[in-house]
Amino acid sequence: MSDSNRSAQPPGWEPRITAFFCNWCTYTASDLAGVSRMAYAPNTRVIRVMCSGRIDPQFVLAALRAGADGVLIGGCHPGDCHYQEGNYKCLRRFTMLRRYLSEMGIDPQRLRLEWIAASEGDKVQRVTNEMVEQIRKLGPLKLAPLPQAQGCQRAVAERAAAEV
Amino acid sequence: MDKPKVGFYWCASCGGCEEAVVDLAETILDVVEVVDIVFWPCAMDFKREDVEAMPDGTMAACFVNGAVRTSEQRAMAELCRRKSQSLVAFGSCAHLGGVPGLANLHSRQSILQACYGDGVFTTVNPDRVVPGPRTERPEGSLELPELDGEVKRLDHCVTVDYYLPGCPPPVKLIVDAVTAIVENKLPPEGTVLAPDTALCHDCPRLDSKPEEPFIDRFRRPHQIPIDPEKCFLTQGLLCLGPATRSGCDNACIQGNMPCTGCMGPLSGVRDQGAAALSAVASLMATNDASQADRVAAELADLAGTLYRYGMPSSLLFKKAEQDRTGGVPCPSE
Repeated sequence: MSDSNRSAQPPGWEPRITAFFCNWCTYTASDLAGVSRMAYAPNTRVIRVMCSGRIDPQFVLAALRAGADGVLIGGCHPGDCHYQEGNYKCLRRFTMLRRYLSEMGIDPQRLRLEWIAASEGDKVQRVTNEMVEQIRKLGPLKLAPLPQAQGCQRAVAERAAAEV
Repeated sequence: MDKPKVGFYWCASCGGCEEAVVDLAETILDVVEVVDIVFWPCAMDFKREDVEAMPDGTMAACFVNGAVRTSEQRAMAELCRRKSQSLVAFGSCAHLGGVPGLANLHSRQSILQACYGDGVFTTVNPDRVVPGPRTERPEGSLELPELDGEVKRLDHCVTVDYYLPGCPPPVKLIVDAVTAIVENKLPPEGTVLAPDTALCHDCPRLDSKPEEPFIDRFRRPHQIPIDPEKCFLTQGLLCLGPATRSGCDNACIQGNMPCTGCMGPLSGVRDQGAAALSAVASLMATNDASQADRVAAELADLAGTLYRYGMPSSLLFKKAEQDRTGGVPCPSE
């Protein structure tokens, strides 16, 4: 099934996007966007990380599992990383992660990487708006429900005792 | 004093775990000396009724291998759980979902279609009979266990007290586990009965791994002569050692084959494949997006390779059927 022939979006649904922004560039840029009173779509939940190289692929998958319809990653421009090469590591992981998502039946456009410098508040505004529109076109992400691990016998017994 | 009673059972598995018990060789005599095997359908003549007749908690421990996909496997897992004090998930399939878990990359419908519909795998099936819970044929009706929509691991279905990882679990770990049961020195419930260090930690080839990113392209083991001394990753072979638990005595590495991840993740990791992806991708020797994408594209069956033993334990659990189908090359930015 391609994205173009998907049925209409459910009424009342709004895209939810988790954004991981690096402390030194993109998060500062989003601060700038804020103090400059630039209006943009309110659909992102921003998580500040010290470096885009800190973004474990598990964070992205956990965000999707927790209900995000898309994930936006923002880091320093190539050559500008505060930690020299964290953003390059992020780029490599991002490339491979997109391929994995694609194999798992998830449109790779749900994951986006942008280099946004501290002075580029307007780019935060533009990229966020574009991403929200992109996800709106793709629709809500529907993952197969994750079965809950039952834990061990004793933990279950203790939980039951605590509830009584 | 009575000897502790133990049982073995298999769900969706290949029989390799049973083989691992046989691999105990003479040691099995020492095991039989100290425990009574009261249930082991693969090797000894016990019936389900024999187990049902036991009082609950009769077995000190029951070792169950295999993933869970059918109604029969679920029922047997629940039976084994009831009749044993400790239930041990034995081997990768029970622990993480294992190789059968790769079926979560396909829908139940497409699996049945491939097996019975277009005749790819069955030899003679002119009527295209697809077995279901109840199949009516002129000769009579046939009842079969129901095939679930997805593969689960054992602890998705019942509570599990211990995990013995590996495909199959290494003999040393099995002996340690049985000894711990007999001597009543089991660790806290929920423990994976294997060391909590990465395979790279005690890999004999660790010194040949450079500090800087070095992977310029990926290869598959049949494509090159493999250097028996050098780190597999430096040779462009995907080795899951950085993201896999040790305890296997480097069996594959000693056999000059890269690690495929059967021992599962370390205790601090939620998603083994993502951890492996993180480690391996960051070693690609390029800072250019399209070059990185070309290198990553050389990894055939990325999902199946990263999650060879753990798709049902991954955060995504199963292939989503909603978006674009798999294998589509992603345009790099």
